[in-house]
Amino acid sequence: MAAIELRGLTKVYPGGVKALDSLDLVIPDGEFFALLGPSGCGKTTLLRTLAGLETATGGSVVIGERDVTGIQPGARDVAMVFQDYALFPHMNVTDNIAYPLRIKKVGKAERQRKAAEVGARLGLDQLMDRRPGQLSGGQQQRVALARVMATQAQAFLFDEPLSNLDARLRLEARTFLKKLQRELGVTTVFVTHDQAEALAMADRMAIMEAGHIRQIGTPAEVFQRPANTFVAAFIGSTPMNLLDAAVRGDTLEVAGCKVPVPVSAEGLLTEGERLVYGVRPEYTTYSAEPAEGSLGGRVSIVENLGASHLVTLEVNDVAVQAVVPEGDEPAVGDEGFAAPRRDRALVYRDGELVSA
Amino acid sequence: MAQATSPPEARDDAPARRYSVDAAGLGRLRAGAFVAPALALITVFLVFPALWVIYLGLMNYRLTGVEAVNPKIVGADNFIKAISDPAFWDSTWLTFQFVLGSAVIGQVVLGFSIAWMLRDRRGTLKSVVEGLVILAWILPGAVVAFLWVALLDRDSGTLNALLGIPGFPWLLDHPMLSIIIFNTWRGTAFSMMLYGAALGNVPPSHLESARLAGASGWQQLRDVVFPHIRGHILTNLLLISLWTFNDFSPFLLTAGGPDGKSEVLAVHVYKVALQGGDLGYGAAISTIILLINLVVAVFYLRLLRSKK
Amino acid sequence: MTRFVAGRIGFYTLIAVLLAFFTIPLLWLATAPFTSDPTYEVRMPDFTSENFQMIIDHPYALWSLVNSLVLAVGTAVLVVVLSALAAYALSRVRLPGRDALLYALLLLSSIITGTAAMVPLFQLAIELGLIDSQTGLILILSGGLLPAAIFMIKDFMDSTPKSYEESARVFGASPLQIVRHVVVPLVRPGLATIAVWTIANVWGNFLMPFLLLSDVEKQPAAVIMYTLYTEGGQANLKVLSTFGLLYSVPVVLMYLFVSKKYGFRFHGGIKR
Repeated sequence: MAAIELRGLTKVYPGGVKALDSLDLVIPDGEFFALLGPSGCGKTTLLRTLAGLETATGGSVVIGERDVTGIQPGARDVAMVFQDYALFPHMNVTDNIAYPLRIKKVGKAERQRKAAEVGARLGLDQLMDRRPGQLSGGQQQRVALARVMATQAQAFLFDEPLSNLDARLRLEARTFLKKLQRELGVTTVFVTHDQAEALAMADRMAIMEAGHIRQIGTPAEVFQRPANTFVAAFIGSTPMNLLDAAVRGDTLEVAGCKVPVPVSAEGLLTEGERLVYGVRPEYTTYSAEPAEGSLGGRVSIVENLGASHLVTLEVNDVAVQAVVPEGDEPAVGDEGFAAPRRDRALVYRDGELVSA
Repeated sequence: MAQATSPPEARDDAPARRYSVDAAGLGRLRAGAFVAPALALITVFLVFPALWVIYLGLMNYRLTGVEAVNPKIVGADNFIKAISDPAFWDSTWLTFQFVLGSAVIGQVVLGFSIAWMLRDRRGTLKSVVEGLVILAWILPGAVVAFLWVALLDRDSGTLNALLGIPGFPWLLDHPMLSIIIFNTWRGTAFSMMLYGAALGNVPPSHLESARLAGASGWQQLRDVVFPHIRGHILTNLLLISLWTFNDFSPFLLTAGGPDGKSEVLAVHVYKVALQGGDLGYGAAISTIILLINLVVAVFYLRLLRSKK
Repeated sequence: MTRFVAGRIGFYTLIAVLLAFFTIPLLWLATAPFTSDPTYEVRMPDFTSENFQMIIDHPYALWSLVNSLVLAVGTAVLVVVLSALAAYALSRVRLPGRDALLYALLLLSSIITGTAAMVPLFQLAIELGLIDSQTGLILILSGGLLPAAIFMIKDFMDSTPKSYEESARVFGASPLQIVRHVVVPLVRPGLATIAVWTIANVWGNFLMPFLLLSDVEKQPAAVIMYTLYTEGGQANLKVLSTFGLLYSVPVVLMYLFVSKKYGFRFHGGIKR
């Protein structure tokens, strides 16, 4: 078990594409850490550089106490689960799980004992003689995990571990993976493009964009207080309302209405300043009656989210969304009012969060 | 997702490169060692002969005699001799007939027709027809050639027996027709399989919508099928023309005879250079064959590139 | 309705003509070896085994099949091993000039044919003392088949995900262990395809052994077959037909095996 530390890590591809731009990051021992971002943000490159499959152009990677920047992948004492699991199709489950031990020249009997032990722990005991092609997606994933566990590496790296599973299985696997990581206590870094997955599983996460880390924090921090408009727009199953605003005394003028200055930005704004006002639909209270500090308009769309509804209001040609509990949803064309929660609303100046 | 984020392999002009970064950690040195033996064989036994043939074409090299020991450079003499030799032009003309008749017309038309007729069929009929066509293709050339010698035999051959014209000497009176039909029979399988695969890739919905619009069989072919398989037709034409042009098997059937009446270029080179011993002149003709191959191959490769 | 019937009749007539065209030349090979006194005529065989006895007693016939086997297997081993090594390196490592090299290989494999290169190859064989040498012929045949083989096998390698190798690499496997444990088993169907393709090619090749092997005891079946029917005097049809059949059976069996196991596939349509 070991902590992972990146110092000024940079990766430039031939042709000048900067995949990683001087990243600093510390992942403490035993943490379940998510790298989240859209396609091409550099998260997979970062993971592969940790594994040693890509060489860093600059900076260093430290695992435990050891600087591994110039060390071959096989000597870094990390183990990786690939997006397609990379189970060897010509080996059965036992041989797949035991492969890392074979490389370490562990004797055959010991290898098989260990594989059986790890396999049993992951509920694979009935499948040990099968080939990967005869397994379901979920079973394959567990074999890949078992193989990684058999290495007893200092850190685990998962590349999109759930993306090859169908939607239903993915939720199960999410819970399973989180529980397993907690039990093993091995430092684990995983890459995902699915913010819900990252929020659900990670202890902490980094949100990346174009080779930069835009925010590091716990899921709650990232969800409640996105550090910038990029993270604000990326995180959340319904996108945050990001509305142009201007400071008018102790209120903000948003879409032609007046809303109070959010708690987080009190005393930090100057009169007349132009900003972006952000509030999640989940933190916006909808009502049919006008209320103090709310945004009034006409309901244009109502989307069913299951136990709640996402209502879109046209407020002076600006779309504002609010989540409404089931039973309270309005009809399209109704007049409605959306009141942001003052303690959850945020203000962004030049894309960055305004806060003390 | 993986495609979008997994980057191209890094080159070593990245300054901090400390070890090889290809998937297996092979590194350039070992990779070079992996490629070297194959390249060595190809260089010695393929590239070098091709270059040497050009050099030989400029010499008055002979298999035996004074020039065998002490050949002289004669410049373009061999080439001039070739293009002013009526035998060369006769042979070229025969080769043209052979390629046009057996490859372009015979194999392509027959191969496509079979593929088209069998396109929606499954089961025994299809496997029997395809199996026979493929059998003609995979049997050794020497065996197949002799089967045709037997078939076309003037006195007791099966063909004359079936047609009721005993004593008709096919290989003497119609040597070109014989080798053209022979090569059509022999090589149709490739075109059949290629068109079979191509027709399988024509989306059924396109054919169905043409049928719903009332298109006849011929109209479906013209408006739906041909536009879809145009690339395949071109590929097929270029490849089989190239192969037929270089095919030596007419030699097995007629040995170029009688009187050079079926002496296509492949056989002509053999006769002039290796039987007649005039290596320099033979090499000049070989060079011309190489150039023609080159033109066809470059066309073919450009076609492949434009597809990608 | 009548149009439909007419179409049906037309279809089956055409199929019948096709079947006749492709079957008739083959009939002789199926009947003559089992006929006591075969002529060029196709007759109902009397199922004698005497012709096969003649082949066994023939001084060169069986040996030539062994020679064909030696040439085919020798070339296949050389081509499979060398093309797999080269294709793997070319597929996975960005060697300088790789794309140009591949383009050149593809071009070479299509333009330098036995026909175009027979004169210099013959001379080269004389200079290197490779006339009448089976090893020499194997080297020459391998040189001709390697470019296309490298191309085909590289196709296989390119379509194999790199994550298998990377995975083994993260577990600490050395490059040679990766090749042995992971790459070779993964591309085994590709290697088998190349082996079969090479064997079929060499087994049927007439021109090269005809040019380069003059010693009857070293000649493969293709050359012996040709000698048998062009030699002076009356061709011995008993020997010819039976030998032709024996020489053909292995390729037919191999074809059946391959099409059953892998299906018949195209690999870029490079060469037959």
